[in-house]
Amino acid sequence: MSATGKVHLPPGQEARRVKGWYGANRYLIWRRSSQVFFLVLFLMGPWFGIWWVKGTLAGSETFRVLPLNDPLILGQMMAAGHWPEATALIGGLIVLVAYALIGGRVYCSWVCPINPVTDAAHWLHDKLGIQKGWQPKRSFRYWLLGTVLVVSTLTGTIAWEVVNPVTMVHRGLIFGMGWVWGMVLAVFVFDLLVARRGWCGHVCPVGAFYSLVGAKSLLRVSALRRGACDDCMDCYAVCPENQVISPALKARGDGSPLILSPNCTNCGRCIDVCSVDVFAFTHRFDHHVETPPKADSQVEPREQTAA
Amino acid sequence: MAAAKPHKVDRRRFLTDSARMAAGCAVAGSLLAYVAREAKALPDQAIRPPGALGEDDFLAACIRCGLCVRDCPYDTLVLADLGQNGPATGTPFFTAREIPCEMCDDIPCVAACPTGALDKSLTDIENAKMGTAVLVDQENCLNFLGLRCDVCYRVCPMIDEAITLEMRHNERSGHHAIFAPTVHADACTGCGICEKKCVLPEAAIKVLPVRLARGAPAEHYRKGWEEKDAKGAPVVEGIIDLPDRLPGPGTDNLAAPGGFEPGLGGVDGSAGGFRPIFQVPGGTGQ
Ligand code: SF4
Ligand code: SF4
Ligand code: SF4
Ligand code: SF4
Repeated sequence: MSATGKVHLPPGQEARRVKGWYGANRYLIWRRSSQVFFLVLFLMGPWFGIWWVKGTLAGSETFRVLPLNDPLILGQMMAAGHWPEATALIGGLIVLVAYALIGGRVYCSWVCPINPVTDAAHWLHDKLGIQKGWQPKRSFRYWLLGTVLVVSTLTGTIAWEVVNPVTMVHRGLIFGMGWVWGMVLAVFVFDLLVARRGWCGHVCPVGAFYSLVGAKSLLRVSALRRGACDDCMDCYAVCPENQVISPALKARGDGSPLILSPNCTNCGRCIDVCSVDVFAFTHRFDHHVETPPKADSQVEPREQTAA
Repeated sequence: MAAAKPHKVDRRRFLTDSARMAAGCAVAGSLLAYVAREAKALPDQAIRPPGALGEDDFLAACIRCGLCVRDCPYDTLVLADLGQNGPATGTPFFTAREIPCEMCDDIPCVAACPTGALDKSLTDIENAKMGTAVLVDQENCLNFLGLRCDVCYRVCPMIDEAITLEMRHNERSGHHAIFAPTVHADACTGCGICEKKCVLPEAAIKVLPVRLARGAPAEHYRKGWEEKDAKGAPVVEGIIDLPDRLPGPGTDNLAAPGGFEPGLGGVDGSAGGFRPIFQVPGGTGQ
């Protein structure tokens, strides 16, 4: 099979050869740009005095009219016994609706300031060939999410905010880092040495919360040309939540090609690294599967063995 | 039978996994609760913005967004850094001796707060209660030493309400006055301007959290004179008004009945004695 020759190539190499450098890194580039964009929006005020956006990811005000609030923080606030004012409620609702439509964990891969840190840790992890290490179950984050709400109720505080690296790092970048570098380092070291993809994939209750928000989101990745898959496994290698791929990619017959797991972060990296373009962004009601054209030389041997 | 077995194993695995998760969460939750409670200790010199809810409610309400900080025109407010012994990380506060609150008429910090952590029912900044100023060091306060510094009094935005100068006799010089700066907690907003402007290297007047600055009267205490004013008559009917006993020698009250007087015959050959309150007219007494 043609795949055997590629097995030892680093993921993405084949895609780079076939689709060119930009084609093989398109979504990654957009994603990093998006992360920088959201950060710059918040930094324009303190750096250049352009106050289009004020505040932090926890709560902000854009152009003096649009409130945006983190709904998980509002949830903890209500658990702690404080009912927020209308401004925060509206801000939280807007964020909820937006992520419910485009995919909750879009927050993770396109906005969250911790994502570049854990991505960097994973990159180094791969480079150094470190073992995957100790890993709590992926469901641990949901348990932790529940625990956070319980602790908020018991202590009467917005509990996760005393340790949440996501908002701390974001606030630190905008209001001054101080000891927050220690937080960044801790997450990096945790992902590098303790647990591969540990923080975002197993622990972070913020990511867990947003996955629930986007459980029925419209924007989805589909393995619509799965017939062309040559089992190079590159998508599994780059996906931060690679357990979500198989149900779509390996489904038989007319099983849906959509990646429906709420933990897919819609990062689009699988689309990038697939040299035969199996994946594409689509909407949740688009179940169609494209059959590869007969002329495709890669498919023929498979059909023969099947016959 | 063959089908039942994996079922059983599945259930056992599910139960052990759940137990493990629950235990993990109990540990993580306790740690989190510990840290969250630890964060409730607000240092005494850290003052919350105007309208801030009580510390307990504040930590349930403030999302640490920093919008109040951004809209404070005097850069008074800052967000707490991550670190030990500070206010809860990321929450807004100010330090009077650094930049005090200038008591903006439109209270932009409260207007900016999206959550109600700064209470919108505060509409007049003069009703703010960020803390209470206390003249903590009478031994170093220049006015108490007999000078006319008066700075805290003059800079107070609530001059003559929150701070007054109370004149009293200067015992040390014997013929000067002391103008004692005196804070009236009901009117003091805790803005911290007095503390900021105190001319000493370390302020003699400081804004403290109300809980430290103030005592509290017992529920059942009544001030007789206030009750009397309210009633317009003595509180207890038919009370006998006995003569007041006034301070002794060295004052104008020297000859007052009951006062101590040097030179008067006393017990055990002491230097003076008390003039009897009642004297039987013309009698020898007993
Ligand atoms: S899982 Fe948490 S830290 Fe990771 S990207 Fe999502 S919100 Fe950020
Ligand atoms: S009242 Fe004005 S000076 Fe005082 S904290 Fe608020 S915005 Fe700042
Ligand atoms: S604006 Fe309100 S919620 Fe935001 S930091 Fe200030 S007090 Fe907290
Ligand atoms: S803190 Fe000081 S300056 Fe401010 S109102 Fe109170 S006494 Fe006046």
